[in-house]
Amino acid sequence: MTEQQTTTDVPELKDIPSIIRPYGDTTGDAMVQTSFTLPVPAGKRAELAALALARQMGLDPASVVHAKPMGPDFTFFIIYGKVNHLIDYAGIEVPEGREYPLLSAKEIELAIRTVLNRRLVVVGACIGTDAHTVGIDAILNVKGFAGEKGLEYHREIQVVNMGAQVTVEELVARAKAVNADAVLVSQVVTQKNAHIHNTKQMAAAFHDAYPTAVGPGIGRPLLIAGGPRFDTVTEDELGVDRIFGKGTTPGEVASYLVHALLPNWTPEERS
Amino acid sequence: MSKLDLDPQVVRKARLLAERAAEPIIEMARTHTTVSVERAQLRLAGLSGADSDGLPWVNHLVDAVRDQVGLEHGVALPVWDALLREPHADLSALAQAAALGTVTFRLPSGSDADAATSLARRAAREGMGRIDRRRTERDAMLAEVGDPPKPWIYLIVATGDIYEDIPQAQAAAREGADVVAVIRSTGQSLLDFVPEGATREGYAGTYATQENFRLMRSALDDVSKELGRYVRLTNYASGLCMPEIATLAGLERLDMMLNDCMYGIIFRDINPRRTFIDQRFSRQIHARAGIVINTGEDNYLTTADAVDAAHTVVVSQLLNERFGKEAGLADSQLGLGHAFEINPAVPDSFRLELAHAQLVRELFPDAPLKYMPPTKHMTGNVFAGYLLDAFFNLAGVMTGQSIILIGMMTEGIHTPWLSDRDLALENVRYVRDACGALAEDFVPRPDGLVVQRAKQVLSESVDLLDRICDDTLLNAIADGTFGVTRRPADGGKGLDGVIERADTYVGPALDILETEDPHAGRTEPTPAGSVKR
Repeated sequence: MTEQQTTTDVPELKDIPSIIRPYGDTTGDAMVQTSFTLPVPAGKRAELAALALARQMGLDPASVVHAKPMGPDFTFFIIYGKVNHLIDYAGIEVPEGREYPLLSAKEIELAIRTVLNRRLVVVGACIGTDAHTVGIDAILNVKGFAGEKGLEYHREIQVVNMGAQVTVEELVARAKAVNADAVLVSQVVTQKNAHIHNTKQMAAAFHDAYPTAVGPGIGRPLLIAGGPRFDTVTEDELGVDRIFGKGTTPGEVASYLVHALLPNWTPEERS
Repeated sequence: MSKLDLDPQVVRKARLLAERAAEPIIEMARTHTTVSVERAQLRLAGLSGADSDGLPWVNHLVDAVRDQVGLEHGVALPVWDALLREPHADLSALAQAAALGTVTFRLPSGSDADAATSLARRAAREGMGRIDRRRTERDAMLAEVGDPPKPWIYLIVATGDIYEDIPQAQAAAREGADVVAVIRSTGQSLLDFVPEGATREGYAGTYATQENFRLMRSALDDVSKELGRYVRLTNYASGLCMPEIATLAGLERLDMMLNDCMYGIIFRDINPRRTFIDQRFSRQIHARAGIVINTGEDNYLTTADAVDAAHTVVVSQLLNERFGKEAGLADSQLGLGHAFEINPAVPDSFRLELAHAQLVRELFPDAPLKYMPPTKHMTGNVFAGYLLDAFFNLAGVMTGQSIILIGMMTEGIHTPWLSDRDLALENVRYVRDACGALAEDFVPRPDGLVVQRAKQVLSESVDLLDRICDDTLLNAIADGTFGVTRRPADGGKGLDGVIERADTYVGPALDILETEDPHAGRTEPTPAGSVKR
């Protein structure tokens, strides 16, 4: 899986032209490639239809470099063409990087020991009909992911992994019973936007169950959603405190827990 | 011919250890029943249908018997005794009355018990006859329309709507699929009942129901005749209703069923005892129905590292083989699973994949091995993914794998598009045609990396089996040996559905499965030792 690109390697803006176009093999050639299927039989007419679509997509001139019948009723196309769009790169906002420092396992444990003076309790589950525990297990299991041990590995973190197909009611009840500091839900299945619906339902249930909460970690657990397809929504829309996407490592989650739940602690205190 | 020069003594030791590790589990399965085993026997006797809320009559009947007389004697005696004593037209009428609470069940004795047993036996015999006829029907279809050569190309359909699945499955068959698997709705494995009827709403898959099975098999029969090759249908006998789904598969002539000895325990947190008891019955039915099982070792490698955990795959395969053969499955019915999941960034990753795949091929020479494509290291770079899938196909052809699940370059991005599937088939066709009989030429150097690695994995497998024998399989599972997930014997879902059988237990379908050769009367010889009585 891919690591999230960090913004630290990006050269200074002055090195980059402010108006940009795609690059094929010559600056400014604006060449792109795309592929799609049309629900028509292969043939000259189908290719003209593909070119018409390409033109509407802003590719002009465009050429069909590959057209292949897929059964009697469909044709697959690969198109190369020149786009007529310009991007004002100077006007593209630099996205925020990670808002918290990545901590080592030792720093994470030290932070919890120093500030909390007890174990930090994390409850994790795949909610709804989702039975894919691979994501939550990668973050919670000792085995971990991408060479990093999961949260279970930290003696200072108590992990309650409820596994798959947990109902929201079960999750809320367990979080209350163990006095959870944070709740992690993983959603892999995205059919009919199940991941969005399930997560919203979960967040709403927690907000209902902790009516007097002041904020994350103050009167209610920190709510974290993870899954490969949350890139179209924001935390506010879901009602959670943080979304983690594909490629997130356990260390990133653990560092975030420290950042969000122990805001007064900084790695500098390590002396 | 052995290319790896595996020590036959070591291989024999591995099998003996697997047999020893499996024995206590098999003994437990022989002496226990479950709610689903009892429901399966009622389904075999012809009880189907559900109430207006969708709860099947088999559930109502088993629950009513359990409430009144318990299940340790089996449902057969109380149920057929009630049919004899009370004026219910049939099982369905009895179940509906039982759901209303108007039936009084008892445990008959003496001549009453004999009469009930005799009727129950007749019903079980009729059900078994239906399964036998479906198997004969498959044999006839295979002879008539033809059996495709291996490796079989295995494609997945998963829309959630059986009426969308059907044209997609037929299109997949026309595009070259030899096996079509209809993925189940993810919610189904933890349902303690089998949904009824044709279904149009599922999450990431379509519910396994008897009617959906029937509709899809019939559609594939049509396309098999059109194409002149028999297209196999696959579904999932796993989860809490494994015995019932196996029975429905036998009744509707499904051809292959996902059926792993530990998958539900590790990945679905289903209670280990429940799983093993359900599994034995389901495998006995599969054996009888001529269904090829597909085991799920590939899944371990999605959570554990494919190099570090390679030996856990082999250990699980040996256990699956042992459990399968004890339940009557022939070698030709053991679709043992494994996968191409080594991190491509690891040096020599392809050589290691070849070592693992060839090892499995040589350990199970007569099994229709099922080889699974990369998933964990499919990054969203569809071009690199296409290349990785080609190497997977190459490893499959070089090592003579039997069933190749087709990898999609968009794995992990979305469910396959029409074009994804078409490109994937183009990929496998190219590799298959370009390689021809390359497997014949692939003879690894005697002391090379491939041979050394295979021997190392086998030796680690023997060591792990040794530890499992000392510790017991249930403890090993509890310790997180497989897939890194810890599953204690008394944890997980479904334990309350496990019942120890009394001495007076009567299970007429079980009796037939226990005492008869599941492959009797077939022309194809049953491999020696596959049926232990």
